[in-house]
Amino acid sequence: MLDNGLRVIVHEDNTTPMAVLNILYDVGARDENPEQTGFAHLFEHLMFGGSVNIPDYDQPLQRVGGENNAFTSNDITNYYITLPSANIETAFWLESDRMLSLAFSKKSLEVQRNVVIEEFKQRYLNQPYGDVWLKLRPMVYKKHPYQWATIGKEIKHIEDAKIEDVKAFFRKHYNPQNAVMVVGGDVKTEEVKQLAEKWFGPIPAGEKYHRNLPQEPEQHEERRLTVTAKVPLNDVYIAFQMGARLDESYYTAELISDILSRGNSSRLYRNLVKEKQLFSEVHAYMTGSMDKGIFAFEGKPLENISIETAEAAIWEELDRLKADLVPADELTKVQNKIESTMIFSEMALLDKAMNLASFELMGDADMLNHETGKYLAVTAQQIKDLANQLFRRDNSSTLIYLAEKAV
Amino acid sequence: MTLQRKTAPEFRAIENINLVRPSRQKLDNGCDVYCFNSGDAELVRIEWIFQNQRFNPEKPLLNMAVNTMLTDGTESLTAAQIADKIDFYGAFLQVDYGYDHSQVTLFSLNKHLASTLPVIKDLVTNSVFPQKELETFIRNQQQKLQVNLQKNDYVARRVFNNALYGNTLYGLSADIDTYKTLHRDDMLSHFRQMYQPANCTMIIAGKIEPATLQLVTSFFDKDWSDTGQQIDTTQPPLMPAAEHFYFTEKPDALQSAIRMGIPAINRSHPDFPALQVLNTVLGGYFGSRLMANIREDKGYTYGIGSGMSSLKHAGAIFIATEVGSDVCKAAINEIEKELNRLKTELIAGDELSLVRNFLLGSLLGSLENVFSHADKFKNLYFAGLDYDYYDRYVDTVKTVSADRLMMLANQYLNFDRFYKVIVGKY
Repeated sequence: MLDNGLRVIVHEDNTTPMAVLNILYDVGARDENPEQTGFAHLFEHLMFGGSVNIPDYDQPLQRVGGENNAFTSNDITNYYITLPSANIETAFWLESDRMLSLAFSKKSLEVQRNVVIEEFKQRYLNQPYGDVWLKLRPMVYKKHPYQWATIGKEIKHIEDAKIEDVKAFFRKHYNPQNAVMVVGGDVKTEEVKQLAEKWFGPIPAGEKYHRNLPQEPEQHEERRLTVTAKVPLNDVYIAFQMGARLDESYYTAELISDILSRGNSSRLYRNLVKEKQLFSEVHAYMTGSMDKGIFAFEGKPLENISIETAEAAIWEELDRLKADLVPADELTKVQNKIESTMIFSEMALLDKAMNLASFELMGDADMLNHETGKYLAVTAQQIKDLANQLFRRDNSSTLIYLAEKAV
Repeated sequence: MTLQRKTAPEFRAIENINLVRPSRQKLDNGCDVYCFNSGDAELVRIEWIFQNQRFNPEKPLLNMAVNTMLTDGTESLTAAQIADKIDFYGAFLQVDYGYDHSQVTLFSLNKHLASTLPVIKDLVTNSVFPQKELETFIRNQQQKLQVNLQKNDYVARRVFNNALYGNTLYGLSADIDTYKTLHRDDMLSHFRQMYQPANCTMIIAGKIEPATLQLVTSFFDKDWSDTGQQIDTTQPPLMPAAEHFYFTEKPDALQSAIRMGIPAINRSHPDFPALQVLNTVLGGYFGSRLMANIREDKGYTYGIGSGMSSLKHAGAIFIATEVGSDVCKAAINEIEKELNRLKTELIAGDELSLVRNFLLGSLLGSLENVFSHADKFKNLYFAGLDYDYYDRYVDTVKTVSADRLMMLANQYLNFDRFYKVIVGKY
């Protein structure tokens, strides 16, 4: 760790001629003002609009053979660069300058507002079913800021963004104390230490942001919403509140999701798509959020299948998990898959760097090395217990998305 | 010493790019096997790649359906049993249909190969396409298609391909009714003709020990022979349309999808590497002219890019984007301007050197692991090229002149002759 609070992690991997520099800022859509949603993501775009000493971020990087991108989630904002390792210093130069200060150009704000509005349209409004999560989140979260998506509640919030807000947001969240940097690939730890001190050491620590978000109370009533839209097929969503990423129950929940929905041998696909022929597709997945998360089901029933039948079929699978222990073979199967996925994922440098950053944020990068063990330790009884705890009617939010039929 | 934050650190140009070359072996049954050995982790990826059969416009979905349904049952295993076996051993099984080839891919830990390989063997020799599975397949595909047809960019791609290639393997997209042409008998005979060792190339990447190779050949050499069925992998000629402009109106559209382009060349043509440099300047990276102008300056779109497709019998250069429906015409005007600039103004030295470095970095960065080296080989092998191609590519990227690029722009980027497809509002 540097004196100014920046956490730095090195992951040496000499099988590649490339290096990765990944910076995670501990700020996401959950940290936004409810009247200014979508701001963390808009801000991510503005991080490419030039910094205090470097007018253009992308060009100098491309000139040394590098590429970059970034993403914003409800929890974090993550920026990454990959480049030939011989040119790693360019990455330090660029990233440290925009942590030091942005150029805050008005033109950049104006253009990126438009770009983000087009992104809003392209991903959420101009796609069939694109707005589902804009509707589902506020059903599951009544208090917690997870009730809005990273793109924001509405286009107006993005249109209203002012340069003063941008500056304040930067001061509050973009400083060494709120960041984790991972440097990986064909690099040496000593070299990274030196470069980190040189480029990031002089940046003032800034103020530590203390997160104090309203936590979501437990849900004790069934929630339902039906909407009609110009889509070709009906769609059923059932969302349950579940534990946070750091809860012990997270690993059990992920195995449940795998049992239900991972691959062609999973229960939902086999029973509901293939055997009973009720859905054209049906999936289960989790948001994996830092605070209380969502365990969601989504299925498109076949045209001759009623919504009631479709919903009942999903519940039947959940009831089975609640009543019967998962057979040993089936549990071994999903655990084997987790184990081999971990081995295969070692081959992807950038993913590894991102994972290290996010585990460091959660407490300790070394946790990543103990993940497989935690999945292997889960028992059939724990799965049954968790299924009973999660899959209750009064913990569910059901969104029925009906196809508007031409009259 | 004060830190020079305004000046970029020194950087080094990329000199050498080392590509791993495979060892080759021809099996007695006629199947070619290429191996990329890397001792790092105890895992392998094995691909079985088959050339598609000649396209039949009366039965256009056969290549795709036969490939996709390989996991749906054999003489001895049901779809469920196949999935169980693969998943139990933590392996991954994929089938992928492409315009020129269909393939089966297995990712497996070495220690489980003895259990996973027999499943693949069964798929490529004994698939039966059960009637019930076929019905499920058709219904689910039809539902997915209904959803996709609501997506403007999807519709634009269909219309564009059909304009460029006509009703051929590359140009014909299924309608809901097209699925009615699928029959189990046709699929069975298609399968027997196409999935034979002599029509197969195997590519193995990962940890390959003598025992690994022995295991593979024990299943896929002497025990796997041709079916004796005739196979025809020639293709009918492509039929570009006379009409060059297509507008599909969607009155409620918030954005319009634009796709435009022109038949060009594929990888085997000597101009290809230089044209890739030109394409990169135009729309092939984040700092490209199309992005700089239409996204970063005008804010008309979330993204715009250009690309080159290289198929066995065709190549094309194209531009694709989704823009606010109120600025569709304006965006098209800007695209035309950018194309004309490439034809009339030399690319400045600074921009060109940036693109050179970017492309070399991008090639280096695309070689992340042993699988990527195998993927590079596939690009060459199926275009009938050898490793000299990458030497030429690197050399072209480093040295191609602005004059030559302007000539290529005049030769290949004629906006008036572009096929133009708009879905949304115009």
